Amino acid sequence: MEDSLVIGGRELRSRLFIGTGKFSSNRIIPEVVKSAEVQVVTVALRRIDFESKDENLVQYIPDDCIIMPNTSGARNADEAVRIARLARAAGCGNWIKIEIVTDNRYLLPDNMETIKATEMLAKEGFVVLPYMSPDLMAAKRLRDAGAAAVMPLGAPIGTNRGLRTRELVKILINEIDLPIIVDAGLGKPSEAAEAMELGAAAVLVNTAVATAGDPVQMAKAFNLAVKAGRLAYLAGTGAVKEYAEASSPLTGFLSDNA
Amino acid sequence: MSFYDKYITYHDFDFDGFFGRVTDGDVQRALNKDYLNELDYLALLSPTAEKHLEQMAVKAQQLTIRNFGKVIFLFAPLYLSNYCTNRCVYCGFNVTNDIRRGKLTLDEVAQEAEAISCTGIRHILILTGESRKDSPVSYIKDCVNVLKRYFPSISIEVYPLDEQEYAELVEAGVDGFTMFQEVYNEKLYPELHLGGPKRNYRYRLDAPERACRANMRTVNIGALLGLDEWRRESFFTGLHADYLQDHYPDIEIAVSFPRIKPSAGCFRPKCQVNDKNLVQAILALRLFMPRAGITISTRESAKMRDNLIGLGVTRMSAGSSTAVGGYSHKSKSSVQFDISDERSVEEIKNLIYSKGYQPVFKNWHPI
Repeated sequence: MEDSLVIGGRELRSRLFIGTGKFSSNRIIPEVVKSAEVQVVTVALRRIDFESKDENLVQYIPDDCIIMPNTSGARNADEAVRIARLARAAGCGNWIKIEIVTDNRYLLPDNMETIKATEMLAKEGFVVLPYMSPDLMAAKRLRDAGAAAVMPLGAPIGTNRGLRTRELVKILINEIDLPIIVDAGLGKPSEAAEAMELGAAAVLVNTAVATAGDPVQMAKAFNLAVKAGRLAYLAGTGAVKEYAEASSPLTGFLSDNA
Repeated sequence: MSFYDKYITYHDFDFDGFFGRVTDGDVQRALNKDYLNELDYLALLSPTAEKHLEQMAVKAQQLTIRNFGKVIFLFAPLYLSNYCTNRCVYCGFNVTNDIRRGKLTLDEVAQEAEAISCTGIRHILILTGESRKDSPVSYIKDCVNVLKRYFPSISIEVYPLDEQEYAELVEAGVDGFTMFQEVYNEKLYPELHLGGPKRNYRYRLDAPERACRANMRTVNIGALLGLDEWRRESFFTGLHADYLQDHYPDIEIAVSFPRIKPSAGCFRPKCQVNDKNLVQAILALRLFMPRAGITISTRESAKMRDNLIGLGVTRMSAGSSTAVGGYSHKSKSSVQFDISDERSVEEIKNLIYSKGYQPVFKNWHPI
């Protein structure tokens, strides 16, 4: 059975996206991309040095990958929009991951500014993937504003705490008719599998891979976990009984005289 | 509201008494917390916490890697002028010191920029002595306009300005601000700053907040360690950073840990801050503020800097000269202080790679 994910008119076979900001060397990125079999790689525009041959992060991303620039450093919608336009003008394509952080203590995204930026950029023809705190109303507004997918956080960025927002993400998956991509906080492959089993369309991982002892092996582990989680979701996980069945059924009196 | 209001709440605080009462259990509890309060932070700065440095280091390293990745941001300082009207007893630029003074012309700024940018540096920190007459805001703006052609990110470390002046510099293209209070101890401050506008303790103390209001992207503060008892000075620096982060959450707050260095004049620091003390100050700050930038300059020795990578530091200067015109080999002045790590940018870059970290040259793009 063909199981692809379509975002912005692009058909993706891989449901694992990776970030590039925290590696000990950019030179390892091609190997990580290969071992993770990813097709979408996010880069912070602020880090791209278009004038440097040695230090230009983009040159380490294989040509067949979709580069998804992100607006890291943006503090409001206006800054995010300007960063997106710069990225497109610099030849980074029309995908944009909106990151608007007005809180440097916890690095939590600002949903209101994110909605504004999404609306402006979607109108300009960008494929907009907003990073957000998992809030149903905000997700609906992002959808209405033209987001191509919604990217709720699993836990505060960089914490590696796992899918702490599980219940809220589950609601987004049920209610929002867009790909839900869990971004931030996933620390282990098992947690990525958990998000996929729940019905997330994809996951984005940076810290857990980039800061692993062996990032290439960890990328592979995430790749396998995402595939396993997706397969489990498609297969339909068996029902988990939350309550024991009483030996004298509580509704037993209904069966005889139906 | 100003940080001063916070500072004075500790006026009568018995630091020695507190440090005397800190137990190993207090330190352990602070180490086990995700979010530390002020007194947890102070406990980590206590003599008792010295026994727990290794545990502090392990946690600081984990927090830093999780929050910043395995990367070290590099920048270089550029001295525009060393004319100064202050009499700071510890500083080589002290107006009473008979040293060579100089100021770069705009052509010379371009030559210096050329020399620095050839090394790969993309983030420049420009410095002046404190003389509004010799290096007025208009001159700093002119320099920024030249430097914009070479560097995507420009920070300033100049005398304190009004909020409107900071806003003008932001408008001109400055995105970062650095200022050291030098010493938070208000009673000691006038004894170290004998003359000049820098004698105004409050105006300097509130400068980082004015820079935040003027919408700088990064605000970097610090105390010159050695001028007073380092545990208290580190504590007030951390409190100041925390205050700024609370009130201006969208601004990236960073802290430097400069230790006083020999310079022109015969100043002898009041307090010794040994390597262990410096490491404790850095680790405690990291545990208190996991997201704060931590900056280490070439004041520290090559060996010390090598060892500090991985202990919470996120930003380092490289290939530095503290003389006006020091990069294009036409030095026009004496140095502000002697640097200890004289390695080239290339050498620092290789060193960072060898430590398993990535040297990052560019971390901002003008928008």
